[in-house]
Amino acid sequence: MANKRVDEATNTETVGHEWDGIEELNTPLPRWWLWSFYACIVFAIGYSIAYPAWPLVHKATAGVLGWTSRGQLDQELKEAAAERAKTVAALKDMPIEQLPEHPELMHAAVAGGEAAFKVNCVQCHGAGAAGSNGFPNLNDDDWLWGGDLKTIETTLIHGVRQPGDDQTRMSQMPAFGRDGLLTASQIQDVTSFVLSLSGREKASAASQRGKVAFEANCAVCHGPDGKGSRQFGAPNLADAIWLYAGTREAVASQIGNPRHGVMPAWGTRLDPVTIKMLAAYVHSRGGGEEFTPPPVAETQAEATTAAE
Amino acid sequence: MTSIVERHKKLERNVTLLAVGAFITVAIGGIVEIAPLFWIDNTIEKVDGMRPYTPLEQAGRDIYVREGCYVCHSQMIRPFRDETERYGHYSLAAESMYDHPFQWGSKRTGPDLARVGNRYSDEWHVQHLKNPQSVVPESVMPQYGFLADADLDVPDIAANLTALREVGVPYTDKDVEMAMADLKAQADPEADAGDLETRYPKAQIRDFDGNPSRLTEMDALVAYLQMLGTLVDVNSAAAQEELASERGR
Repeated sequence: MANKRVDEATNTETVGHEWDGIEELNTPLPRWWLWSFYACIVFAIGYSIAYPAWPLVHKATAGVLGWTSRGQLDQELKEAAAERAKTVAALKDMPIEQLPEHPELMHAAVAGGEAAFKVNCVQCHGAGAAGSNGFPNLNDDDWLWGGDLKTIETTLIHGVRQPGDDQTRMSQMPAFGRDGLLTASQIQDVTSFVLSLSGREKASAASQRGKVAFEANCAVCHGPDGKGSRQFGAPNLADAIWLYAGTREAVASQIGNPRHGVMPAWGTRLDPVTIKMLAAYVHSRGGGEEFTPPPVAETQAEATTAAE
Repeated sequence: MTSIVERHKKLERNVTLLAVGAFITVAIGGIVEIAPLFWIDNTIEKVDGMRPYTPLEQAGRDIYVREGCYVCHSQMIRPFRDETERYGHYSLAAESMYDHPFQWGSKRTGPDLARVGNRYSDEWHVQHLKNPQSVVPESVMPQYGFLADADLDVPDIAANLTALREVGVPYTDKDVEMAMADLKAQADPEADAGDLETRYPKAQIRDFDGNPSRLTEMDALVAYLQMLGTLVDVNSAAAQEELASERGR
């Protein structure tokens, strides 16, 4: 490296080579840049000592801090659980029907239920619990199986039409059309009658004929006036709320070849406290009913029915 | 100092030498970052329960890829509290060991599907695929109702399995031989599935699309979705403990 010299105009050293009279200044790196660069190197060394870094034969170096992404998650979850521990413990021991007597706990349960609802329930019941075609709206006071805290909890735990759970909400509307229990014209008649119950259609000769068939085939679950029965999960047909839409086509299709909704038995998937929270949330949506302990005789009767 | 610079000149003035030198330098970077993934324990961790996809699930997976579901849905739950509370236990590397190609990612227009299996009913999936907005009003997902009308057309599923076996999926000779029969039997509760459940533990055998008379693309896709994330029992206490205490990750 010959010919190094200091350039007069800039007072900077040249790199020492020259082509056709053109030389290059050896301008030093800015100090701030150079020192930042050195600092990064020092930081990287420290980081690779403190945190997992170098891959070896079976695993990477663990780092002296012992940090792992999974460990950090575990710790975060434990902290979150610890924060909730008091509420969870209180909820765990409390029969759900007594929850309304403890407004603060009820409030916490509703908040927790809202979060759990967003993860587990919104896909079917909708973000605002308004349901959709085939999936019940939980905001109204029209209940298929009952709307007090205890009943909602039972429905959550055992689900709807879940094979293998003997307490599940089980009912099976016959396929009156598919299985040939009613003829196509009878189905149309019954449809007319059902629609007349809620005033969607005016009473007609068809609905008069339908009434007879309804009383013979449908009233056993839906009641003679079509008001439904919670014992069988039979919807109320005389109001403006429809599970599978209230059009003539939809009602006829449901009579002829019914759909049967299912809900998972959440008791096998979620812990009891989360289920209580969910029940409290659903109960708080607007249609919650007060819990009335069933008379003893009725409980026995129900048990017999279930056993059958 | 001068001598190093002088020697460097040799490298700079010989293009072949420079190419070789540059290649070696870049290769070191690649080897250090990539090669250890093939041998360190936590990227090749063994988990109980993983098995290759059944032919029907594999056919559903091919439809999933064909329709570009991966553009909006990832199948990788990261170990963060918000993700595990939303989607379930974080994904393990081994859970995608038979995925060709894998479906990881972090771009989510729709939710992660790594553990969507058995969370919803078949009927829900069918209704949602036909008209997503009917169950999730705010959804921007397109409608896939045509899947229910399209017969599942897989000319030679055994060839698919053979190809996968070539890249390391441990299908047995019997799996390949029975592939077409397995494919049909899994979606037909009336048919004799033979030892399907023995060869593919936790295989779900039923009609998936609500139309038992036909084997449609909907059957295959729903069968695939219903199986996602259900093979490995990640929530057992022992598994939790072991995962949380792992070091060097």
